[in-house]
Amino acid sequence: MREEVVIGLEIHIQLMTKAKMFCHCSTDYIGKEPNTNTCPVCLGLPGSLPVLNKKVLEFAIRTAVALNCEINQVSRFHRKNYFYPDLPKAYQISQYDSPLGASGYMEISLPENKEKRRIRITRVHLEEDAGKLIHEGDIASSSYSLVDYNRCGIPLAEIVTEPDFRSPEEARIFLVKLRSIVQHLGVCDGNMEEGSMRCDANVSLRDAKSSTLGTKAEIKNMNSFKAVKKALQFEVDRQKKLLAEGIEIIQETRHWDESKSVTILMRSKEEAHDYRYFPEPDLLPLKVDLKMVEEIRRSLPELPEARRERFIKNYQIPEYDAEILTSSKALGDFYEKAASLYSHSKVLSNWIMGELMRYLNENKVEIEDSPISPEKLVGMLKLIDEGIVSGKMAKGIFEKMFKTGKDASKIVKESGITQITDKNELFAVIDIVIKENPRSVEDFSEGKEKALHYLVGQVMHYTKGRAKPGFVFEALKQRIKKI
Amino acid sequence: MTEKIITKKEVEYVAKLAKLEFNEEEKEEFTSQLNSILDYFKKLNELDTERVEPTAYVISMPNLLNEDKVKPSLPQDEVLFNSKYVKKGYFKVPKIM
Repeated sequence: MREEVVIGLEIHIQLMTKAKMFCHCSTDYIGKEPNTNTCPVCLGLPGSLPVLNKKVLEFAIRTAVALNCEINQVSRFHRKNYFYPDLPKAYQISQYDSPLGASGYMEISLPENKEKRRIRITRVHLEEDAGKLIHEGDIASSSYSLVDYNRCGIPLAEIVTEPDFRSPEEARIFLVKLRSIVQHLGVCDGNMEEGSMRCDANVSLRDAKSSTLGTKAEIKNMNSFKAVKKALQFEVDRQKKLLAEGIEIIQETRHWDESKSVTILMRSKEEAHDYRYFPEPDLLPLKVDLKMVEEIRRSLPELPEARRERFIKNYQIPEYDAEILTSSKALGDFYEKAASLYSHSKVLSNWIMGELMRYLNENKVEIEDSPISPEKLVGMLKLIDEGIVSGKMAKGIFEKMFKTGKDASKIVKESGITQITDKNELFAVIDIVIKENPRSVEDFSEGKEKALHYLVGQVMHYTKGRAKPGFVFEALKQRIKKI
Repeated sequence: MTEKIITKKEVEYVAKLAKLEFNEEEKEEFTSQLNSILDYFKKLNELDTERVEPTAYVISMPNLLNEDKVKPSLPQDEVLFNSKYVKKGYFKVPKIM
């Protein structure tokens, strides 16, 4: 029975250098007028020669070292030949039989059984990005494509894993962690939607007792973590269904269609490319100085795993919270900034992981662009601590802060939504509630604690959440006792 | 008579990869030509290369590296200057799916 899922990933990350890989054009290409970010080198004009950007090499080594790879002291560039208009040279400069880094690994932890899994990294190599094709109007009916070479020559590190994933969820967990690592390394911003981090996957099924792999399908065009999980699950199900019907899997490349939630055939193996790799004659072999590698290894910044442990230790928050807060560099930075201003670190993580992340996700805003800064969040939490607003009111204030970017204190002042501190005003409401709910009052007198909670709720309702629940609770108890 | 290293099938395969089309006569001709070229290169086998490293590059010098500095790119009109088919700042090509 072939039911063991086998998945391997190939991830491309755009390295955040200032200049492109082999020329001095800017890497800042998004949103630029087409073909304004190119030069003879990245356009592949005759007579131009590529020269490797030092920073590209440094960033790639940093990535490979962080993924526990061995660095090849001599690696080579190859030409990968294929005809497609996104490549003006008709070949891509890549690495083939001697990649920069090889034989690494990364550990992931699976939340459901606390198991740690070691995912082997086959290789980390350098290659240049290609241009972009734009289809005007309807793809099916349009007879031409438009080409923009601004992205040509953007440096990429390709990270290839061994087929070590046993489920789509494992692959997703790996990607989230990899993104956090490259963000902490400062080599890539890890934005899957914008394509600065891209992922292809090989999926196959095999008999759990067998060590040979089944025929695989390659899945492309997955533009978010969610899409990766959905696409891989679809593919696993598709293959299981075919095998159950006695149909063999064919090696092919499939395209994930996000809007229809299906994978579609792009090309079968018969049409697959023969890239005719050969050593790039325009670039000399890449000799890496071991001293440079050691220097990079020593100066590696704190990585997500170490940061998570530090969060648990320094802020006394649960492992679960620390894991989420270090799942992206910017989120960890946000938390640390806020925690430096506010000592209730668990209250802080609750608000960040709850309200803040919910609003960010709903509005598709990245944490870097959050209208609520760490300072503003802390300002609001202090209003709760001072008894000026209740926790419940704070949620409404939080929403206004998110929409307007204003300080909590300003919102409170403008709308007058402070907590009721006037006791007489509260007693008046409490008396009304007691009068209107004789049944609950009776229940409570007979010892039903739950009835009191209901009455507190009624007071909160009347005051639109502006009463302090603790005070109302005690006040109700005393009033009812007196009856 | 030269030994057949390259068959007609291989000529057809390479032609397909290079997006070239040949008639039967041409295919035969190229098969024979490629074989005689390879046959000529066999002369190299007479050399003793036991102690010679495989050579992909003939000059031995360290790789040169650029500083990570941005310099101006070409203006768009110069980039597009040599192309016959241009639209809204893009190169225009036949649709390829």
